[in-house]
Amino acid sequence: MTAPAAAAVTGLGVVAPGGVGVPAFWDLLTSGRTATRTITAFDPAPFRSRVAAECDFDPSAAGLSPADAARLDRAAQFAVAAAREALADAGIAPGADPERTAVSIGSAVGCTTSLEREYVRVSGGGRHWEVDHAYAVPHLYDFHVPSTFAREVAWTAGAEGPAAVVSTGCTSGLDAVAHGLALIREGEADVVVAGATDAPISPITAACFDAIRATTPSDGDPARASRPFDRTRDGFVLAEGAAVLVLESTAHAARRGARVLAHVSGAANRCNAFHMTGLRPDGREMSAAIDDALAQARTAPEDIDYVNAHGSGTKQNDRHETAAVKRSLGHHAHAVPVSSIKSMVGHSLGAIGSIELAACVLAMRDDVVPPTANLTEPDPECDLDYVPLTARDQRVDTVLSVGSGFGGFQTAVVLTRPERRPS
Amino acid sequence: MTSPGAAPAADPVVTGIGAIAPNGVGTDAYWQSALSGKSGIDAVTRFDASSYPVRLAGEATGFVAEEHLPSRLIKQTDRMTHMAFTAAEWALHEAGLDPESLPEYRASVITANSSGGFEFGQRELDNLWRKGPRHVGAYQSIAWFYAATTGQLSIRHGMRGPCGVLATEQAGGLDALGRARRLLREDRIDAALTGGTDASLCPWGFVPQLAGARLSRCDDPRRAYRPFSPDAEGHVPGEGGAILVMERPEAARARGAVPYGRISGYAATFDPPPGSPRPPGLRRAAERALAEARLAPEQVDAVFADAAGDPVRDREEAEALRGLFGPRGVPVTAPKTLTGRIYAGGAPLDTAAALLAVRHGVLPPTAGVPADRPDDGLDLVLDAPRETPVRAALVLARGEGGFNAALVVRAPEEPR
Repeated sequence: MTAPAAAAVTGLGVVAPGGVGVPAFWDLLTSGRTATRTITAFDPAPFRSRVAAECDFDPSAAGLSPADAARLDRAAQFAVAAAREALADAGIAPGADPERTAVSIGSAVGCTTSLEREYVRVSGGGRHWEVDHAYAVPHLYDFHVPSTFAREVAWTAGAEGPAAVVSTGCTSGLDAVAHGLALIREGEADVVVAGATDAPISPITAACFDAIRATTPSDGDPARASRPFDRTRDGFVLAEGAAVLVLESTAHAARRGARVLAHVSGAANRCNAFHMTGLRPDGREMSAAIDDALAQARTAPEDIDYVNAHGSGTKQNDRHETAAVKRSLGHHAHAVPVSSIKSMVGHSLGAIGSIELAACVLAMRDDVVPPTANLTEPDPECDLDYVPLTARDQRVDTVLSVGSGFGGFQTAVVLTRPERRPS
Repeated sequence: MTSPGAAPAADPVVTGIGAIAPNGVGTDAYWQSALSGKSGIDAVTRFDASSYPVRLAGEATGFVAEEHLPSRLIKQTDRMTHMAFTAAEWALHEAGLDPESLPEYRASVITANSSGGFEFGQRELDNLWRKGPRHVGAYQSIAWFYAATTGQLSIRHGMRGPCGVLATEQAGGLDALGRARRLLREDRIDAALTGGTDASLCPWGFVPQLAGARLSRCDDPRRAYRPFSPDAEGHVPGEGGAILVMERPEAARARGAVPYGRISGYAATFDPPPGSPRPPGLRRAAERALAEARLAPEQVDAVFADAAGDPVRDREEAEALRGLFGPRGVPVTAPKTLTGRIYAGGAPLDTAAALLAVRHGVLPPTAGVPADRPDDGLDLVLDAPRETPVRAALVLARGEGGFNAALVVRAPEEPR
């Protein structure tokens, strides 16, 4: 049986904490700096967790008109900015071939920040259950439905093929790219503008993660708040951001002579059917997703040069995925570098999977593995090579990126260097 | 994956339907109401709507979660998920399928969601802003988000295969069914729970819909939502939806399950931006879905229309159908005129109606539309059910912003 087709990645766009645009993002990661800080989006004093990785995003600098900046949720603005950067990077003019261009955008929580702001307005600060529609902004419905993100990206790209928001919680960013790969394999599109966005740094999100103690209560240096795989880790750091990858059928990319940065060669997800927030310690469903993605890519575990971890920095996640990686990669698990960029850019929920895939593509481009920052006290239960503190120069031809999210979703994506792909 | 040159894989079949609608809770109750013209549209009762310019909704008042679910699940989830739990259980029961009996990772949950668990979300926003952050409950993080229903169904029924959640406003239900169809045809899974339910009938769910200006301000429940009428003035929001069991035909046969029909084609498109001279994408979605089903337009016996209730969008849909089928070329109906539009739950409920029409050889009518409307080339099934063999039906759905989806349903065994 022939291998299922791969999709070529021909363009990247990123809006991340620490800098807008791919160069700033990659500079942050390769230097091992962190972009976590005390929350500025609202007064964090009454909250258990008071740090976040925020984007210093200027809509007008990103090319958004004042009208767009006023009508679009912050996450939609990120998505549009990342899509524009990715399309320009790919050398694709918006509207080039509308019917053959598709959109797949991941998001876990939609326009939650705008919704909360508008709720406060129409409810008089929570005083009225029968909220007052007279105070509703005319575009409130755009915040009500997360599909707005796909619409805005479709308009940005001039896309008229299938368009959707993929919303599988914290694996959305990987699953949206997986959905894009499926559209290419099925012949539904030649080009898919695929990625994810979330801008959840608002009181309701902070409060709901406080309530289940998922986010860090860290009171020390905010730059050290996100500590995946460290013995002292105590929860994830909430973040925001977006990334967009331009995916193309390999034939389409070849036809137009596009520069191909990487191939998305395999993608799979599984559910643990165990618990909405809990993880089975043995990591079997994530491992099953990894096995499936590797099989689609016709890649052996030993071929993996780098594992981009979910590495959220919660006690249970980091053990769970360490177990999953061992289960799938066997003895190679101890030989392969595994790192979590959430140590530097935090956990932007549905967006982070696409941001991580962008980092994986850049790792392949430059043959450098981004580090896990803040990993100074290894956890004996997390005993792999997590690339502590400093980036590592090494050949990166094949990458595995994994994600795990509320709902029990487990996703794995395999990227390969185009010239290395077995036929 | 299907290898090149191989015969196309068999179409998946639907063997179980769980329907919850404003005019009937349970598949039989819904279908009887759809045929008899019993409407679920009435004055809002769940909150005081007197201060709003829209006071009608399709509330599924017959659905009382306590009658179907343990209190633990009710507390942890929003009404949209209560409905999905119940509908999924009915669908599995009808199909005679125990997902845990399937091989590991061969059962999937793929649902659509339009706006999340708004009622749950409003309660917690209220707690946060009235009382403070420490009063937000532990279940907010898992109850309101768009993936809540897929995750909960997966856990409840031990379904660990590839799962998904699609959000394309009112088109999403068909996108979920289309995705399940693909996974089944590629032999990656044996069965899926798929469809969608939505419930945003709380004040904080209602007001954004008011702001969207698509809601009818008419106070007469019989006339408020009248698509394809010259004076259509919007839609009435509803709640509910349907969850279907879709599976590989071999598996259904082996179990002796009796399929309602096959899911034979699906396609999605997106409209050009407002002001573009390019045509809307609905017709292209319908054409591609029919092509995937290898059906010519004249083989389609019925269309379940999106029926926006907005003059511009109704005209676009009528144009698409006229272009594809010719003037009065196919019976068109919109049973959602008796339920209101149910967002991510609407298209799965329409698909359920299409499958029931296939099984029973009768089309449910469109309500509230005057018979003496100007000729737009549509053969609308008005007021009374129409008995006619339905071997193939096209279901259309459009989502706010430009999403279009089309799904083809066929009888279980096509006469040769």
